[in-house]
Amino acid sequence: MNSNLLLNIFRFIVLIALQILVFNNIKLFGYLDPFPYVLFIILYPVNSNKSLFLFMSFLLGLTLDMFGDTGGIHATASLSVAYIRPSIFKFSFGLSYEYQTIKIAEKISSERISFIVIAVFLHHFIIYMLELLRFGLILDIFLRTLLNTIFTTMICVLTIYLIKPSRR
Amino acid sequence: MQQIINFFIKNSYRLLFLLLLGISISFTIQNNSYHKSRTISSANFVSGYAYEKIDNINKYFSLREVNQELAEENSYLKQLLYNKKDTTLIAPIELPSDLTQYKVIQAKVIKNSFDVYDNYLTLNAGTKDGLKEDFGVINSKGVVGIIDKATQNYATVLSILNTKSQLNAKIKNTNHFGTLTWDAKNTGYVQLVDVPRLASIKKGDTIVTGGQSVIFPENIPIGKIDKAYTDKNTNYYTIRVKLFNDMTNVGFVYIINNTKKEELIELESSYNEQ
Repeated sequence: MNSNLLLNIFRFIVLIALQILVFNNIKLFGYLDPFPYVLFIILYPVNSNKSLFLFMSFLLGLTLDMFGDTGGIHATASLSVAYIRPSIFKFSFGLSYEYQTIKIAEKISSERISFIVIAVFLHHFIIYMLELLRFGLILDIFLRTLLNTIFTTMICVLTIYLIKPSRR
Repeated sequence: MQQIINFFIKNSYRLLFLLLLGISISFTIQNNSYHKSRTISSANFVSGYAYEKIDNINKYFSLREVNQELAEENSYLKQLLYNKKDTTLIAPIELPSDLTQYKVIQAKVIKNSFDVYDNYLTLNAGTKDGLKEDFGVINSKGVVGIIDKATQNYATVLSILNTKSQLNAKIKNTNHFGTLTWDAKNTGYVQLVDVPRLASIKKGDTIVTGGQSVIFPENIPIGKIDKAYTDKNTNYYTIRVKLFNDMTNVGFVYIINNTKKEELIELESSYNEQ
């Protein structure tokens, strides 16, 4: 349990550092920055302290807002995704997910991919909604959300593969 | 009472969520309203320090370009100096401090953003170097932005590539004023709106800061006219301005402190009260 907490704190710091140092400077097509820090929310263990998880997600978003001068956009998106994560679990893995002790990082299957895609899509959608809402550029919101969802999902899946290669 | 406590215990998770959501949304809304009202900004010492360290490493990769730029600016200033008609004025004249209207402070950009709708820059100078909110920021090529927030060691700048930015600008050698805004489409272009139709404009004319601005001195270059539209409903031009500055590549900047600003604002506000 203790090592689990330490691992998550380590992941928290590493993901923030990577986001600020590397991923905020990618600018694919001039404006696309992937947000692979959602990996923290995706990989957080299922059966652990829920309130702490909410708070950590909020803190994660807020830190990135601080570095990116974006107000509270990332905090809102991370918090919302953390809150509705159980519902996404239910959608992707079926009702009895809590008893299966799922470890997302262990093996990539279609269920896990669908979970990652939905989580990343929701997160990005909230970010771009909040960012662009007052300009009324609906098409732009959808285009950016879609492109960036694909981009971030790719990076997330690759990262999971890199860190935890399937033991065979 | 018991029931209220039970309710809180039962719904603590949901209440925590709503509380945090409220906080984050209020931060977002704060950020969308007029600048200077933000609580969370990269001018604090954690992110400022981190960006400064990152920039310390990054700047080695652009030393050649920065040197080139500074040499060009130097040669331009030298040219101005040598071509001065009155050779007796070469000796520098020390003006008493209360006669100099503009003071210039030098700083370095340690974080630049240009790919979102509200772009901010972070500088490695703060209130201890004399920076304050609403000082103008320029570099050798033109206007960069306005100081948004300043802490002891760092400051954030509201870039001209920000949909909240509104500068007073005019067409060079005329007195037709307009407001400089950004439509968030291209980092190389900004829009000058509300220019009266009477103004005679040509493609390639230079746009400079206007004298109505209390932040910038007059005639600081901004860009040149690329295209002009007329609005059907009003009699005003909307001009697309190509920036002289490459806003994706900003290094050293100068901060302009208009020491007579308070006096000017006071004078103008006394008008409005009558």
